[in-house]
Amino acid sequence: MTDDTFEIAGRKFSSRLIIGTGKYKDYAENAAAAEASGAEIVTVAVRRVNLTDRDKPMLVDYVSPEKYTYLPNTAGCFTAEDAIRTLRLAREAGGWDLVKLEVLSDQKTLYPDMAETLKAAELLIKDGFQVMVYCTDDPVYARKLEEVGCCAIMPLGAPIGSGLGIQNPVNIRLIVEQAKVPVLVDAGVGTASDAAIAMELGCDGVLLNTAIAEAKDPIRMARAMKHAVISGREAYLAGRMGRKKYADPSSPLAGLI
Amino acid sequence: MKITVNGEVRELPAPATVDGLLADLGLEPRKIAVERNLEIVPKSAFGSTELNDGDRLEIVQFVGGG
Repeated sequence: MTDDTFEIAGRKFSSRLIIGTGKYKDYAENAAAAEASGAEIVTVAVRRVNLTDRDKPMLVDYVSPEKYTYLPNTAGCFTAEDAIRTLRLAREAGGWDLVKLEVLSDQKTLYPDMAETLKAAELLIKDGFQVMVYCTDDPVYARKLEEVGCCAIMPLGAPIGSGLGIQNPVNIRLIVEQAKVPVLVDAGVGTASDAAIAMELGCDGVLLNTAIAEAKDPIRMARAMKHAVISGREAYLAGRMGRKKYADPSSPLAGLI
Repeated sequence: MKITVNGEVRELPAPATVDGLLADLGLEPRKIAVERNLEIVPKSAFGSTELNDGDRLEIVQFVGGG
C-alpha cells in the first residue's frame, strides 16, 4: 500500500480529518479530542481579546500552533469586507496565510452567500492568501471558486452544526469529479458514518466540529471520526462492489449435499 | 487622550505607543493582532506606532471556533 498523503496549497498532511475548536466544555477537553482525532489541522476563530478578564485561558496554550496547523476562519462574517478584515488580522496574529473563508447569508441556516464568498475569495487570493472555501454544494459555484484560485473547495453536507449528514451526495460527487484541488465536506457531519460517506464519495477530507464537541463522550467520538475517515477513504480507494438487485450467494452452489 | 479599544473608551496619558498600551493591558504581543483605525499594525511596528486622541483599536486573538 502506498502512502496516502494529502496536499493542500503545497503542504502535505497524513490525516484527512480537520476539526474545529468550538463548543467544547473547555480547552483541555478540546486538546484531548484533537489528540484522539489525529487531526493535523484545526480551525480557529478570531475574536476580540477580553480586556476585563485577562486570566481567561487562551486556546494557544492548550492546542499549540506549533503542533497543529491553525486554520483561521471567518465564522460570523456576513460580508466579503468583514471576512477580509478578519483574515488580515488572523494573518498578522499567526503569521500564516492558509485560511478558511466563509461568508454567511442568514442566521437561521448559516447558509453561505456565494456571490460574496466568490468576491472575497478573489480579493484574498490577490492579497496572497491560500483560501480553503466553505461553499454550497452547487457544482457551478464550486468550479468558479476553483477558477479564481481557491486551494480547497469545502461544500456543506448539511447546515453548520445540524448533524444531519450528507444531504446531497449527488452534488458532492459532481464537485469531487470536476475538481482538481482537494474537496472536503465541511459542516453537517453528525456521526462517524456521515464522515465515512463523505470519504466514500471521493472527498479528500472532512471538516467537522459539533459532531465531536457535542457528543456525550467527545474524546471517544474524536477517535470514531478518525477511524471513519480512514475507513471511508480506504473503501473509496478499494472501489466498492456493484449494487445488485437480488441475492448472490457467497458459498458455492456446486457440491451441495 | 481618549482612545477606543475593542469598543470601550479608555483614558490614556500622552504620548503612548501600541507597545505601551499592550504592556498596560498585560497582553503578550506574540499572541494577538492589532488594528488601528481599520489598518493592521504590523507586530514589528508596535513600538514605533504612536497613538492619537480618538484612535479606534481592535485587539484580537485566536479562540475556539469551527
